[in-house]
Amino acid sequence: MLEGLMIGLTTAFSVTNILMVIGGCLIGTFIGMLPGLGPMSIIAIMIPVAITLGDPSAALILLAGVYYGAIFGGSTSSILINAPGVAGTVATSFDGYPMARAGKAGKALTIAAISSFAGGTIGAILLMIFAPALSSVALLFHSAEYFALMVVGLSAIAAFAGTGNVAKALLMTLLGLIMATVGEGALYNLPRFTMGLMDLQSGFGFITLAMAMFALPEAMYLVLNPGRSKAEDGSGGDSSEIKDLRITREEARKIAPVIGRQSVQGFFIGVLPGAGATIASFLGYAVERNIATKEEQDEFGKGSIKGLAAPETANNAACTGSFVPLLTLGIPGSGTTAILLGALIALNVTPGPRLMIDDPQIFWSVIISMYLGNLVLLILNLPLIPYIAKVLAVPRSFLIPFILFFTLMGAYIGQNNATELLILVGFGFAATILRFADYPLAPLLIGFILGSMLEDNFSRAMQLYDGLGFILERPMTLGLLVLAGLLVIVPSYRSRRARLRAEGVADD
Amino acid sequence: MALDRWIAFVILIICLAYGYTAFFTMDASLPPFMQRNPVWPSTFPKALAVMAIVTSLVILLGLEKPPADPKPLDINYRRLGDYKVGQALMLLVLMVAYALLLRPAGFLIATVGFLILGSTILGERKFHILIPVALLAAGIIWYLVQGVLGIYLRPWPFFLGV
Repeated sequence: MLEGLMIGLTTAFSVTNILMVIGGCLIGTFIGMLPGLGPMSIIAIMIPVAITLGDPSAALILLAGVYYGAIFGGSTSSILINAPGVAGTVATSFDGYPMARAGKAGKALTIAAISSFAGGTIGAILLMIFAPALSSVALLFHSAEYFALMVVGLSAIAAFAGTGNVAKALLMTLLGLIMATVGEGALYNLPRFTMGLMDLQSGFGFITLAMAMFALPEAMYLVLNPGRSKAEDGSGGDSSEIKDLRITREEARKIAPVIGRQSVQGFFIGVLPGAGATIASFLGYAVERNIATKEEQDEFGKGSIKGLAAPETANNAACTGSFVPLLTLGIPGSGTTAILLGALIALNVTPGPRLMIDDPQIFWSVIISMYLGNLVLLILNLPLIPYIAKVLAVPRSFLIPFILFFTLMGAYIGQNNATELLILVGFGFAATILRFADYPLAPLLIGFILGSMLEDNFSRAMQLYDGLGFILERPMTLGLLVLAGLLVIVPSYRSRRARLRAEGVADD
Repeated sequence: MALDRWIAFVILIICLAYGYTAFFTMDASLPPFMQRNPVWPSTFPKALAVMAIVTSLVILLGLEKPPADPKPLDINYRRLGDYKVGQALMLLVLMVAYALLLRPAGFLIATVGFLILGSTILGERKFHILIPVALLAAGIIWYLVQGVLGIYLRPWPFFLGV
């Protein structure tokens, strides 16, 4: 591990890579504050830039910086104007916004920055300790197990969608897998489902799809419902309230244990495929509320510093945790890491158990850049906080056309093909309709990204065992597939029972 | 019928067409040497088609009960008239126009037009700020993409022959 650390240190501390971290954090913070552009969209926008860098370490360091910056930026808009730009910072606004209203915006932002820093840093330490162990286990995996593991990951994503939504999430995952089969597969060299269109020969573009699923519907929502971004009520531009950044010793003593607990909890939730920062932040908030004393509990929701520190720590730790399955198994645990996976593949890096052995400098420099990124965020953002808030005052009539333009550019630059833009608008429209009906869109993109790998491993296993025999002959495969089935069935069974019981009570 | 079931219905139709292709037309073009493989290009799509058809039927027939206390939607599609649908549709049309005009009109004209019209659709009337911002943004982005990233973007209309 020490040897790896040294490799990482030398790679990450080159001038280019330090600039990448700083630049990534700044870009991420600024764009992340804009309501509607979450880390997923920002990373998707930054991918063409990252790919043209050519060096996978630098690209990944840049994207990781953008990721952290975006999460922190989202917290800023949650706290200042109660407009969470990202799902993962919704819980931040519960107590952050009341604090800002009470004239303690500076304190709230400071607590957010420190909690994020601590969560990210402790998460990076845990990643360093656990990732090698996880990846050595992962080396035992063959095609059959990979296939089964991806099925587990996909069904976990569907299962975490919440009660009453399992079928929808599952259908979206399947739709993503179906879209991945369009075009020429690696194993067959036969065009499939292209309907004779040349533009579909190489399949759907991944950036196009990412933009269509996230950035475009979000922009459409902003247009449809102007009240969604409260940027125009002027509260974002008022910097007189947010000058006092200090926190007292008493307050620090109060939030320290929260940060400790939530870093660990958030990290392990982040490791689970499909859980991610959103669930970690909500769960962190809920847990801290439950174990707080009675009078502290009453403060939650009205500006409790514990209630602010918990989700902020947890979401950053979970972001770090979500790198574990990505880097060691090649399986993205969230929409954001799915996009990162796509970027890595575009850079000719195959994340997975071999990454640590074949490209240790990439693996370790990412971990080192996590420390650096968190530190840079803390140092850069504290003095910038009053100025950062000004971006939110840009009127939406300027903001939205620019968001749409960057979306279009992202898709165009990737493929250099104007047809791609029509596909983007078409899918973006469809995705907006899907969001109307509460269909989750992240599973679709994750399915699309994992689709070709899933099929390749499935086909390889089928060829090796001359049929489906591998399921029974390899106990780990069978176990994983059973687990995948349980993940889908158990939550819907339990919600059904809970509902029946509730109805039974109502009848009495 | 609620929107989510209509969507499931549309997806069902797509999956039926997809499944039909996978089961009945794809294998015809398979070269003989590949026919002895245990796995064909159509194997995986066949499995996907069956699973997707079953799942969309589950939603269409309402077999999975909705949660007891559904979370409020950001946008209630039943009251779509309350939202700025006209603006959204006009922006979509504008994006299509941008896609079609990007090559013939050149990047600079298409982009400046897109940014100005987009803001105008959203109700911006301060053209003395809008136009310089749009020109500046288009110029900077063009320079970044063409000069820094090295991706070719034709700046001027086709008849200028650049």
